[in-house]
Amino acid sequence: MMELLVVFLVVLAIVAFVGAPLRRGARRLDPDAALHAELADLEAAKEAKYREIRDAELDHRTGKLSEEDHRLLDGELRAEAIALLKRIDAVRARVGAQPPPPAAPPPAVG
Amino acid sequence: MATVGRALLIVAFAVALYGISASLYGAFAGGRAWVDSGRRAVYALAGVLTLTFAILELAFLRSDFSFNVVATHSSTTTPTFYKATAAWSSQEGSLLLWVWLLSIWSSLALRVTRRRVREVAPVATAVLLTFASFFLMLTLFFASPFETLASVPQEGTGLNPLLRHPAMMFHPPMLYSGYTLFSIPFAFAIGALVTRRLNAEWIVSTRRFALAAWLCLGVGIVLGARWSYTELGWGGYWAWDPVENASLLPWLTGTAFIHSLMIQERRGMLKVWNASLVLATGTLAILGTFLVRSGILDSIHAFGASTLGIPFLILIGAMVLGSVGLVVWRRADLASEHRLDSLFSREAVFLLQNVILVALAFVVWWGTFFPLISEAVTGTRASVGPPWFDKYTVPLAFVLVALSGVGPLVPWRRLTLASVRRGFVLPGVAAVVTVLALLAVPGAWAEPKAAVFAGVVAFVLTSVGQELWRGMRARQASAREPAPVALAGVVRRNRRRYGGYIVHAGFAVLLLGVAISSSFQHAQDVSLRPGQSARVDGFDVKYVRATSRAEAEKISLGAVLDVSKDGRHVATLRTTRGFYPSQDITQGIVGRFFGGESESEVGLRAGLGRDIWTVINPNIAPLAPIIDRGNRTFRRAMVGIMSGPVRDRERAVMQLYTLRDAAVTAVARRFVTSPWPADFRFIVSPLATWIWIGAIVTFLGGLLALWPAPAAARRRVSAGYAARVARELARTTQ
Amino acid sequence: MNPSRKRRIRLVVALTAALLAASALIYTSFSAGSDEQTAGQLLAGAVAGKTYTLAGTVKDGSVRRANGVLWFSVRDPHRPVAVRVRYTGLVPDPFREGRGVMVKVQRRGDLFVGEKDTMVTKCPSKFQVAPPRAGSNV
Repeated sequence: MMELLVVFLVVLAIVAFVGAPLRRGARRLDPDAALHAELADLEAAKEAKYREIRDAELDHRTGKLSEEDHRLLDGELRAEAIALLKRIDAVRARVGAQPPPPAAPPPAVG
Repeated sequence: MATVGRALLIVAFAVALYGISASLYGAFAGGRAWVDSGRRAVYALAGVLTLTFAILELAFLRSDFSFNVVATHSSTTTPTFYKATAAWSSQEGSLLLWVWLLSIWSSLALRVTRRRVREVAPVATAVLLTFASFFLMLTLFFASPFETLASVPQEGTGLNPLLRHPAMMFHPPMLYSGYTLFSIPFAFAIGALVTRRLNAEWIVSTRRFALAAWLCLGVGIVLGARWSYTELGWGGYWAWDPVENASLLPWLTGTAFIHSLMIQERRGMLKVWNASLVLATGTLAILGTFLVRSGILDSIHAFGASTLGIPFLILIGAMVLGSVGLVVWRRADLASEHRLDSLFSREAVFLLQNVILVALAFVVWWGTFFPLISEAVTGTRASVGPPWFDKYTVPLAFVLVALSGVGPLVPWRRLTLASVRRGFVLPGVAAVVTVLALLAVPGAWAEPKAAVFAGVVAFVLTSVGQELWRGMRARQASAREPAPVALAGVVRRNRRRYGGYIVHAGFAVLLLGVAISSSFQHAQDVSLRPGQSARVDGFDVKYVRATSRAEAEKISLGAVLDVSKDGRHVATLRTTRGFYPSQDITQGIVGRFFGGESESEVGLRAGLGRDIWTVINPNIAPLAPIIDRGNRTFRRAMVGIMSGPVRDRERAVMQLYTLRDAAVTAVARRFVTSPWPADFRFIVSPLATWIWIGAIVTFLGGLLALWPAPAAARRRVSAGYAARVARELARTTQ
Repeated sequence: MNPSRKRRIRLVVALTAALLAASALIYTSFSAGSDEQTAGQLLAGAVAGKTYTLAGTVKDGSVRRANGVLWFSVRDPHRPVAVRVRYTGLVPDPFREGRGVMVKVQRRGDLFVGEKDTMVTKCPSKFQVAPPRAGSNV
């Protein structure tokens, strides 16, 4: 009897917990889902680009890249970062007045 | 409680099935509420399975022999630690552990990514819950851990003595954590392919889980090797056994994935390759789980045939076909954004390293499954042994380690001559000096390959050391910190980079230990009586005295050995062989104490220079006449008691058992009082300890690479770069 | 030469090299593999001087140890025959009568001599699904 009660309570708790989002009311699929997903991709690519810039700087400071090579590479990477920022701005404009979904935390330094 | 356990398994199965449906429905039609409900199903699954596993654990700790698994894998005399860990020594318990760990890691992954990868996550949830459903189906219909016995025995059969080792108790949870953590990038890759979200975000979200999987699986593999070295009486740590290989396969492809992922993050290249790698890794993880319990391949670990082979084969078949199909279907979306700038770049080194790792995986896979392949092709089952594996893996490992030294020295995108001069000279010199120095050592000429490999390792260690030094100096130049602070600072701020370098250094040291200890190992079999000595590889080994010990769990016969060199004491080794009682009463009342499982306790003196290893094989045949006499005597006594008055019977039987225990102890004591020659195997292995040191360094490096930077530091750095690039942007738009 | 053509050439060269390497590996595995044979198969067709992998179960009552040499019989899983094996070297801890064993052997008349340190013994039914006991609740 006790065992049945335990199982019943567990089932009840699961149903309550798993069903909670459904009880809060249907939230339709985000009409801007594709744009938000593209924005998230671009943000991730941007953070990766910042990390590349930083790595190139460390490579330069530790002697793997000469001054000239670093200047060239840094310029390339910054140009790529700027292109990404422009794309991000363009997507944000298309998303419009709606705030973007919470941004992914920046990737770890290292 | 078994009823509750069974019921909770059914509930878990239902929750998993619901979660699959809700996630897929939410993803493609129903909206976020259903997606969130599907994710909560994973959390609920973790909760239910935690309860279920706790019930099983409690049964083991309480020695509840109404549970079949407890009765067959534990006993009242099993130490508490091994009772707790005996849960996964059984097929049933290990399957439950697998799905429980899957639910925990899946919950963590979905919690961490709940506001990201919104299109990919629901499909990934469905995939993870499909795995969970599969394993729950196995525990419900094929191998239930909650099967009970109608007639509850007083005592259990106990844990297999070979498993009574701490390494062997942590080995399965670490392996399964590795397998289940690899399921996460697998699932997210499937989600990304299905939803065509194949850019940076899904990689960023799952990279850490891939690294954690690599770490856990690696630790599990090393623990297994350590167990083999210190517990099994053969003195080795790796035998290219099918079950060992099964865990190595996903680790190899997972290592390749972790590296090539960096290329995709930076350059948007190798998307097909990465997708294929991660799907292969997930499939190999399931294959590894399958191999241990299928009985299809003969192995010291392969534990007999089971009925689980067919369901696993179906799952693996579905994973292979599904993976190939998805990659082919989405190949247009997997087109590379860039091309390789130069064959002399870090990208090219990574690519070559990937090819080597995949080649290694293919060699291991082919050799492991060769019995089945040969049977299919020729009709005869044939197997290949360690020499075949070594022939191919050793040169590949050479190149791999060399690349692990070259990689840190090569910049991304392109390598210039100036870079080569600045980076390669010191490590190159170190390599050459090492080889020359070693070849000057007497006996080293016998194994020139080992000396060359040591040179390669010197290259790696010097290149890593050089990188750390230069990083520290660069930081000192800007931050004006003392050397140790600067070193800690640069490492802390660049965890991925320096964690990776430390992994390379550790792995090189590990393989150096393998190379030297196997190339210059000296093994010798000797038969000695107490007082006798033997000469083993320059050491004098004296059999000082025999030992015997009778415990509740086992009888141990052993030896104390004194090792000396040139008259100087080096080590005292103690080795025993334990004999566990058999449940087979036909072996006799006394005989069954010597007729059950046996296991060796190795005598090991580990040192930075060399290990001295020994194991005893005490032949118990000379005890046979005494044991037979004891069997006859006690059987007569028992017959007499059973035919006597009932009221005195119980007390008489208890007294007889007390006398029996004393007799067994006395029989064992004969090994000390009238010792006969015992067989010993001695192994002297140079630098063997560096295998384990290298492994620890490797995994510390992995942990460092995995460790997230504090959020404030991340924001500060990211904001700094954002500001700089924003200024550039402002300039270009003016 | 345009970069695209260069890449294609590199790919072809790499794939060819991989194919050749894989072929070498596959060929050597078939030539280096040792056939697994049961006791019955060995008795019927084993020739002296060739190494075989004998697989079977250690026959009850057949194990003897003398002067560092292990003698035992391996029975055929399918037929009521067994072969006698003389073995020196490492004996795995789980080795016992009634347990599965694999060992590399060479024929010498009716006797099969085991190669040193080639014995592998199966761990007893760790993951074997036992038949349900009478009265158990699944």
